[in-house]
Amino acid sequence: MKLLVCISQTPDTTSKISFNANGTEFNAAGVQFIMNPYDEWYALVRACELREALGGTVVALNVGPAANETTIRKALAIGADEAVRIDCEPNGAGFVAKQIAEYARAENFDIIFFGKETIDHNGSEVGAMVAEHLDLPYVSYASKLDLNGSTATLERDIEGGVEVLEVDLPFVLSAAKGMAEQRIPNMRGIMTARSKPLKEVPAVAFEDSAKAVQFSLPPAKAGVKLIQPDQMDELVRLLHEEAKII
Amino acid sequence: MVLVFAESPRGQFKKSSYEAVTYGKKVADLLGTSCIALTLGTTKDAGELGRYGATKVLSIPDASFDTFDSQSYASAISEIAKSNNANVVVLSHTSTGKSVAGRVAVRLNAGLVSGVNSLPTTSGAALRVKKSVFSGKAIAEYEISSEVKVLSLMGNAVKPENLGSAVTVETVSVASAKGRVRVKSVKTQEGTVPLPEAEIVVSAGRGMKGPENWGMVESLAATLGATTACSRPVADAHWRPHHEHVGQTGIAIRPNLYIAIGISGAIQHLAGVNNSKVIVVINKDAEAPFFKAADYGVVGDLFEIVPRLDEAFKKFKAG
Ligand SMILES: Cc1cc2nc3c(=O)[nH]c(=O)nc-3n(C[C@H](O)[C@H](O)[C@H](O)COP(=O)(O)OP(=O)(O)OC[C@H]3O[C@@H](n4cnc5c(N)ncnc54)[C@H](O)[C@@H]3O)c2cc1C
Ligand SMILES: Nc1ncnc2c1ncn2[C@@H]1O[C@H](COP(=O)(O)O)[C@@H](O)[C@H]1O
Repeated sequence: MKLLVCISQTPDTTSKISFNANGTEFNAAGVQFIMNPYDEWYALVRACELREALGGTVVALNVGPAANETTIRKALAIGADEAVRIDCEPNGAGFVAKQIAEYARAENFDIIFFGKETIDHNGSEVGAMVAEHLDLPYVSYASKLDLNGSTATLERDIEGGVEVLEVDLPFVLSAAKGMAEQRIPNMRGIMTARSKPLKEVPAVAFEDSAKAVQFSLPPAKAGVKLIQPDQMDELVRLLHEEAKII
Repeated sequence: MVLVFAESPRGQFKKSSYEAVTYGKKVADLLGTSCIALTLGTTKDAGELGRYGATKVLSIPDASFDTFDSQSYASAISEIAKSNNANVVVLSHTSTGKSVAGRVAVRLNAGLVSGVNSLPTTSGAALRVKKSVFSGKAIAEYEISSEVKVLSLMGNAVKPENLGSAVTVETVSVASAKGRVRVKSVKTQEGTVPLPEAEIVVSAGRGMKGPENWGMVESLAATLGATTACSRPVADAHWRPHHEHVGQTGIAIRPNLYIAIGISGAIQHLAGVNNSKVIVVINKDAEAPFFKAADYGVVGDLFEIVPRLDEAFKKFKAG
């Protein structure tokens, strides 16, 4: 079993988000970076569980600069066997997908895991793009994955329900809540992570034709209007006449 | 030409499909071109899409599209986009759209922006379009410079509008691309609007004390025709089903009205709901962080307030 888990690095969920003065760049000063939660909690952990049950190798892959190595080591501490970093700035989903696909093409992975989305760009784009580059089936928002030989059974979150489906290896998935339980790396994991291989691979040239060019903060809320607990008719009136939503 | 893929799961268009066609029509107007809609699989009334601005509906009623597979869908959408020289392809940012948009973009060598929430502007031959990023904490404007552009539209970002035009429905076919995913079953809750599509959401948290108290929440939701949601600890404790969990790890929603009952408003909860148009918070703690993100707030005991609010809405609906 050869499993690839694509991990991205994102600002911590509680980070204060700000940009440079002309709004062209994210201001990383003072921001703590983490492994994208869906990649870590669900994709990586489920891949490790399958490896533990069935044998094989879990490779963690990040497209990013050398500064991301702390995050990559965490993936090794949680249980990936080896890691690959494609050395570049991850500029856009199309660009990242191209890098991952070019690396994965020659490696014949059985399953390529993604998180359901990155919590910074909220794209849900990269997994589908990689699947297309490699001409593989893609199961997005998978909340359950079981293997029976070379056939996988998955549950996939859809609007207001779930879809149960089967697909043969190899395929690509994106992981959502339910697929696994978060794991905290233990001391032994952290120690062995230091000696696990972390390979650096050069990026291929690719121009992403969709680029984030301008960032801004949402307009501040006007502030909460407080209504007395015994004035619920007044709240309904405001929702009707002022907010005009009922 | 702007091509809109209008989803019709189990033969029925969704609200998000009407939103996508409305949006596609407006993008077409901006570019001085027409809007064509595409439906895959058995569809009840394809002509209905004319009401939202499609001048032509291409229908591929092949039963193999009745179950979803990202490969066969992407290949059909891309083929139709190519044969009709589409400049822009619009999809809904739904579970289906998200699985397909990236594939279509790769096939068409197109730039993709997913989850857009407003109309684009033009910048020469490029399009500029905005979406919410950092879980609602910021807005990013993207520029797409490729010849073909792919956009997926965030739910509830535009209202379906009657932009009615005369519409022709044409049955077409595509070179068959067989999907490799075998759908075994689809389970959906009947009778309720799925959370991502709901216009009003009534949501409750740990302040409810226990699952036995949810009757008043359900009653309020029923009065408003709303869908119910909950905070993560509530789902984790199995007080409510997991599909109700909203927030960063659950579902992200953007209803017109979000009523939060006994929820503190942790940042991870807000990440899933702060794009709601109007937020009402009911909490006994005046310092609860949720009040900072709220439009209207009631400080007090939810067990007294919720039934009272329910009564007030009932009175409003009746009068
Ligand atoms: C990485 C990460 C991801 C997370 N993802 C999510 C997520 O997706 N969604 C999510 O919801 N949470 C998420 N959480 C958890 C989040 O941090 C909070 O712990 C959670 O949202 C709190 O839920 P709550 O507001 O229901 O409970 P509490 O924080 O316990 O708040 C209960 C509130 O009820 C009020 N209350 C109590 N009794 C009454 C009464 N009688 N009348 C009126 N008000 C009353 C209290 O004043 C309090 O404000 C995540 C946490 C982490 C670390
Ligand atoms: N720079 C990156 N390196 C490796 N994997 C990535 C990177 N960016 C995104 N991914 C993967 O793609 C998924 C979806 O990302 P997105 O399309 O940006 O929402 C993430 O959950 C990761 O699994």
